[in-house]
Amino acid sequence: MSSAAPVLSRLKRPSVIPGFGITFGFSLFYLGLIVLLPLAALIVRASRIGWDGFLAVATDSRVLAALKVSFGISLLAALVASVFGLLVAWVLTRYDFPGRRIIDAVVDLPFALPTAVAGIALAALYAPNGWIGGLVEPFGLKIAYTPAGIFIALVFIGLPFAVRTVEPLIAEIDREQEEASATLGASRSRTLWKVLLPPLIPAILTGFALAFARAVGEYGSVIFIAGNLPYVSEIAPLLIVIKLSEFDYAGAAVIATIMLAISFLALLVINLIQAWSRRRFGHV
Amino acid sequence: MSDRPLSPSPEGWESVTTERPVVRWTAITVALVFLALFLLLPLVIVFVEAFRRGAQAYLEAFQEPDAQAAIWLTLTVAAISVPLNVLFGLTASWAIAKFDFKGKSLLITLIDLPFSVSPVVAGLIYVLLFGAQGFFGPFLSAAGFKVIFALPGIVLATVFVTFPFVARELIPLMQEQGTSEEEAALTLGASGWRTFWTVTLPNIRWGLLYGVLLCNARAMGEFGAVSVVSGHIRGLTNTMPLHVEILYNEYNFVAAFAVASLLAGLAIFTLGVKSFLEWRYGDSLSKRVSH
Repeated sequence: MSSAAPVLSRLKRPSVIPGFGITFGFSLFYLGLIVLLPLAALIVRASRIGWDGFLAVATDSRVLAALKVSFGISLLAALVASVFGLLVAWVLTRYDFPGRRIIDAVVDLPFALPTAVAGIALAALYAPNGWIGGLVEPFGLKIAYTPAGIFIALVFIGLPFAVRTVEPLIAEIDREQEEASATLGASRSRTLWKVLLPPLIPAILTGFALAFARAVGEYGSVIFIAGNLPYVSEIAPLLIVIKLSEFDYAGAAVIATIMLAISFLALLVINLIQAWSRRRFGHV
Repeated sequence: MSDRPLSPSPEGWESVTTERPVVRWTAITVALVFLALFLLLPLVIVFVEAFRRGAQAYLEAFQEPDAQAAIWLTLTVAAISVPLNVLFGLTASWAIAKFDFKGKSLLITLIDLPFSVSPVVAGLIYVLLFGAQGFFGPFLSAAGFKVIFALPGIVLATVFVTFPFVARELIPLMQEQGTSEEEAALTLGASGWRTFWTVTLPNIRWGLLYGVLLCNARAMGEFGAVSVVSGHIRGLTNTMPLHVEILYNEYNFVAAFAVASLLAGLAIFTLGVKSFLEWRYGDSLSKRVSH
């Protein structure tokens, strides 16, 4: 302890409250053991096969196709989730109608419902003989077991992120701004577009990035509805599972590293949006 | 509230801070139809499919020893991993909220890290560490200790994916509450432990319950991460979500949806309690933007 004490006091401001050493120490130990060490092992494993090996796996046509499916459909799904999320958040905070409170609680369902349950439920609904799949089947449309099914599952997963990031900001809108805008002669739609929407943009972008990041890594709700056809409807997380079952640990580690890099990029983008928003609008 | 008309606007008058009724009702209808289609219908279909062959067939799904083993394993895994993350949440929030030190925001970012990692990757990292070809694999198999395809691996993967839930609820909450009450208790001669039990814990109890609720729901429902480390051994390493998958892939739909209905019930219970806590004790929860 005698050697650790001066180091500690340089890092931490003095306080009368006890327990810093033990709580900080345990937190770091637990974080390192559960999160940091295993993630480091992944990077080491992926780097062990060298740059050429890494590139060979990353540019394999099946891997590229899976990454394209994962990222492309996730982008599209996050976009749709953001648009409808904004509408849902607006309706839930600004309008009053019967059952509003229950519907507000239901928005969190994709957080609470285990992904495997969501997966088989969506597959049952959108299968050709399902309630919704049966409706569109006469028109020659197939949703389940095609990329469209992946899209449906990812919108489901991303929706709460889109709603919950903009909801508090809509609730905080200062009504005087709207009144001022109306008094100055702006139409309601002009007020909506020019006064109310701009401050919400950072939150909408954050919600979009969160929904995207979640969608890219999503596994459980997708695999039941996707059909999992290589090159068509095979997502990157599934390919990791397949590589593992073939004992191709290095291949699995490479795909995982690419996905990890993309999600860190998404995290960075979210932080940049929030920093920009603080400067521009004074709030997150 | 004062700038909002309390009664419906008189004939011919329209509030300037809302849309015309036509627009309003169109927006409400579109939003509700969208939510019904995307959220409510999947929930309804779980129960419809589970009871498709009647209550008898529904109940038979739980008579099966493998189903009971899966339920038991899920409860065991949650009973180990949730307390671990509660302990971490309490220590991390104490260190972060009650003290000033360098690198605090980095620490907070790292705690959130597991949320941005794909569940499949979360499982993979433990296979790479403890699997047969993993870093510690040979050592573990020599010692006769199994992590992957066994309970420890399932617990580790679950702990990883539920890692931030309690901490990220408690950190902002304890930061809002500051340190003055604890300082007062300490000045009056209370020990550190006593201060925690009698001052801090009562202040954060609803936030703690909120975090535990979400942590538990995810722990019991996790699929991707657990699926990678479990090995799908029936009756041994199958949790409830994995059992659902196996039954579904065997075209045993009634049994699959019956087990799924238990998990859906857990989700409804979680949402109910969560909404209740937000409504009744909203002031004692952290003012977070999103999950």
